[in-house]
Amino acid sequence: MKEFGYQRVLDVSEAVAVLGADPDARFLGGGTNLVDLMKTGIERPGRLVDVRELPLDRVEMTPDGGLLIGATVTNSDLAAHPEVRRRYPALAQAVLAGASGQLRNMATVGGNLLQRTRCGYFTDVAGPCNKRLPGSGCPAIEGEHHNHAILGASGHCVATHPSDMGVALAAFDAVVRYETADGPGELPLADFYLPVGDTPHLETALPSGALITGVILPPAPVAAHSRYRKVRERASYAFAIGSIAAVLDVRDGVVHEVRLAFGAVASRPWRALEAERALTGGPATAEAFAAAADAELAAAEALPHNGYKVPLMRNLVVALLTELAEEAAR
Amino acid sequence: MAPSTSSVITLTINGEKYTLPVDHRTTLLDALREHLDLTGTKKGCDQGQCGACTVLLDGRRAVSCLQLAVAAEGRDVTTIEGVADGDRLHPVQQAFLDLDGYQCGYCTPGQICSALAVIEEHAAGWPSAVTADVRPEAGPPPLTADEIRERMSGNLCRCGAYVSIVQAVAQAAEAQATGTEEVVA
Repeated sequence: MKEFGYQRVLDVSEAVAVLGADPDARFLGGGTNLVDLMKTGIERPGRLVDVRELPLDRVEMTPDGGLLIGATVTNSDLAAHPEVRRRYPALAQAVLAGASGQLRNMATVGGNLLQRTRCGYFTDVAGPCNKRLPGSGCPAIEGEHHNHAILGASGHCVATHPSDMGVALAAFDAVVRYETADGPGELPLADFYLPVGDTPHLETALPSGALITGVILPPAPVAAHSRYRKVRERASYAFAIGSIAAVLDVRDGVVHEVRLAFGAVASRPWRALEAERALTGGPATAEAFAAAADAELAAAEALPHNGYKVPLMRNLVVALLTELAEEAAR
Repeated sequence: MAPSTSSVITLTINGEKYTLPVDHRTTLLDALREHLDLTGTKKGCDQGQCGACTVLLDGRRAVSCLQLAVAAEGRDVTTIEGVADGDRLHPVQQAFLDLDGYQCGYCTPGQICSALAVIEEHAAGWPSAVTADVRPEAGPPPLTADEIRERMSGNLCRCGAYVSIVQAVAQAAEAQATGTEEVVA
């Protein structure tokens, strides 16, 4: 590991100023991803600015009835929060589906959004990777890619975003709040992650030097009828091979509102807008759910070893929406 | 100016204060084992994937291999050496002994620190990934074998002593819950 300076900061403006003064500095939250990547030399900061003690560790109600989640709230505290569990249950479920109890106690909401892909070529410093070493190539396309992207990828990178939390946030139209030396700003999650294109090393639209200060969940009574489901290669403590966050409001058998987001299929949490359009105003039946999934997955471009994700995601859509529709009918 | 890459820090471990110089790259795990001779905490994968290095930070379980020592300053660290009350084993330790919750024993300190936290987290009403209904109105889920397996999934046991580990955690949790009831009564 490269040597580095360490500085703990106690307020947001200090954090932004310290980072801005050193182009080689990085923010440290829980460290569950960054420290791991520093050990292998993938991340090589010259200074860590420890933001874990910033006063951003609360989940608060917003005046309009939404929630503001501070950036240093741990995954554990987020998933245990009564208002999150009551009003945005898919978010609690998504967070609980990720990592282990130990890691959830350490990891923070801000860091979760900025975690890096677990693509084996990205983490292997001995080989090429366009995300780690721009222009060096993407061995995954011809190589081991059974858990890589089927949507929104490019010929330069087929890595997936590993977050479970982010998938639920996408379904809830979350907004990321940040601070820079020039003042605060906001980015809807839909615009937070950049398209892969030919620049897979550029992952977010956050301005240079910005500190994520929180995530806003807009008010949405329908969010109480939400669920997260994750499929993985073992029963617990593994990254998804496919996951889904679904929100469904059915009235008299008709889909009044639906939101769907997919995980582990793209370089970012994938909001399934085509499927939502296909369903809204139509019948809440298994056939309609399957047709909507097909509408979304028509854009899928599978590689030789990850084509299973297309029927997997289709089945997940049907299963989860059917469950939510049956609950609504009770 | 290049920043200093080491610091003199004070760690609070099992209620005692230790002042030591550390290179900032030092993890809490290495500080415990290599600097302070507290070798009860074990190094397994050193990548946050196996749980052998689990300790409690401010009462909550964490993997000490991904925790920088310098960033642990000011927090209360509890290691396996601080779990027993003198010569009297903690009920979780006793349960692991009674039920053979191990084979080679290497993962056991991490398993026990994790189990301590699992019992606290469950008592605090935290749901898990296998909890059917996470809404607070649903109440806390019973600590079934499925719940224990899910909550302990961050601790790997290469010997495969999971069956006994689950039983040990269940026994310790039940003893703790019963004990609490007696105090209340």
